[in-house]
Amino acid sequence: MKIIVDQDKCVASGQCVSSAPDVFDQREDDGIVVLLNDNPPAGLADDVRQAAALCPALVITIVE
Amino acid sequence: MIVGASAAGLSTAEALRRQGYQDPITILGAEADPPYDRPPLSKQYLRGDWDADRTRLRPDSMLDALGANFILGDPAISLDVDRRLVRSAAGRELAADAIVIATGLRPRALPDQAGLAGVHVLRTLADAAALRADLSNAPKVVVVGNGVLGVELAATARQLGCAVTLTGRQAAPMESQFGPMVAGLVAQLHTTEGVELHSGTAVTGLTPADGRVTGVQLAGGDHLPAEVVIVAIGSEPVTDWLAGSGLRLDDGVVCDSRCRAADGIYAAGDVARWYHDGQRALLRLENRTNATEQAACVAANIVGESHSYVPVPYFWSDQFVTKIQVHGIQTADAEVTVVEGNPADHRFIAHYRRDDRVIAVLGWNMPKQIRLHKQQYLT
Ligand SMILES: Cc1cc2nc3c(=O)[nH]c(=O)nc-3n(C[C@H](O)[C@H](O)[C@H](O)COP(=O)(O)OP(=O)(O)OC[C@H]3O[C@@H](n4cnc5c(N)ncnc54)[C@H](O)[C@@H]3O)c2cc1C
Ligand code: SF4
Repeated sequence: MKIIVDQDKCVASGQCVSSAPDVFDQREDDGIVVLLNDNPPAGLADDVRQAAALCPALVITIVE
Repeated sequence: MIVGASAAGLSTAEALRRQGYQDPITILGAEADPPYDRPPLSKQYLRGDWDADRTRLRPDSMLDALGANFILGDPAISLDVDRRLVRSAAGRELAADAIVIATGLRPRALPDQAGLAGVHVLRTLADAAALRADLSNAPKVVVVGNGVLGVELAATARQLGCAVTLTGRQAAPMESQFGPMVAGLVAQLHTTEGVELHSGTAVTGLTPADGRVTGVQLAGGDHLPAEVVIVAIGSEPVTDWLAGSGLRLDDGVVCDSRCRAADGIYAAGDVARWYHDGQRALLRLENRTNATEQAACVAANIVGESHSYVPVPYFWSDQFVTKIQVHGIQTADAEVTVVEGNPADHRFIAHYRRDDRVIAVLGWNMPKQIRLHKQQYLT
């Protein structure tokens, strides 16, 4: 699984971090998403899919 | 069968597929445009930072991968609840085992705005394109309505170099949502950026000349001259096509705690008014995260689970470079305390309390921290 984030679209809502805290974080000053791991292990796949689904700005794309 | 091809409708289809639903899905949408996102319309798109393509919810490749049948540009005109059959304006008859109503909202208009050039509402991409064109030579703008959309539009128009007056019934911008303390800060933000405020006044009408708007008439007798008027006085759920269906329609499609309006009929997004088990009340939310989350709940219930929908509501608003984020259900009369940061530094977090309980948390330019407050106090 490979993850791509489009930071320019991010609205800093933090849903991704709530869903998959090992994969996503937010920048300290403006809350924009930071990708901690662009190729997470299979065990986190469901969390990442949930993050991509819940992101209100459709920032997260998963390439399986 | 999903009626409405926007945030809630498309999210329902995606959630159904994620949850293993393999039967055919049809998505019927009134607009001809491929599904797009609305929050950028008052922000990046209107400012000219993004083109229309960037507002799309998903690229064609992902829409294709859904394996759904999109019928766009053909609004539903009626629903037969017993037969679960939708009729469309083009004469289609579409029956299904489950029907999801996701037809969103339609903006309210002033009684005398029809046909008057220079007057705009904003809900669709077409609305936004027309407004963007009309703002291109920095006209004098009056925004009618000082709720969240009006306030954002005033900020964007100002950023485009327009002279902007923001008028509305609330004593300060967004006061009915935020209460006087935070609304005062919103007012200050706009004044500092050069927006003129006329708060706490009703608009009695528009003044025309040769078919074009020339200004806005206020209840107190004042007249605000304008070349462009943006009307943002709230919206109504799009349920006219359901009249006579037998569904209960009362400020939206009334649903049970499972977002079910009748057997096999569900509603999601801005149009849905469902029973929130935690709040013990009917609730209807008009925000972007609700569209996605409620859609996921509806999809789960369609594939045979039985989830009640009990979200902690969330919305954000961008004005100039300020980002306001709210989790929870705040009321204007709640007790508001700043618990972190400082309004003077334009970065703070406030808690809204009622009966000694935190009912909402509001972040002002503190996006990372507000999530932690939500986790700690509201879940
Ligand atoms: C300009 C603007 C800015 C916003 N900014 C924010 C923000 O910053 N933060 C936030 O949280 N929320 C924001 N929102 C709110 C957010 O966009 C909505 O909550 C969200 O779009 C709701 O999605 P929905 O699918 O329920 O409804 P909608 O997006 O309204 O979609 C309903 C769809 O149904 C279609 N339809 C209507 N009638 C029929 C019919 N009879 N047959 C078939 N189709 C039909 C419509 O054409 C439309 O495409 C904003 C909204 C607007 C308009
Ligand atoms: S959920 Fe989406 S919008 Fe929110 S912080 Fe994560 S990437 Fe950004």
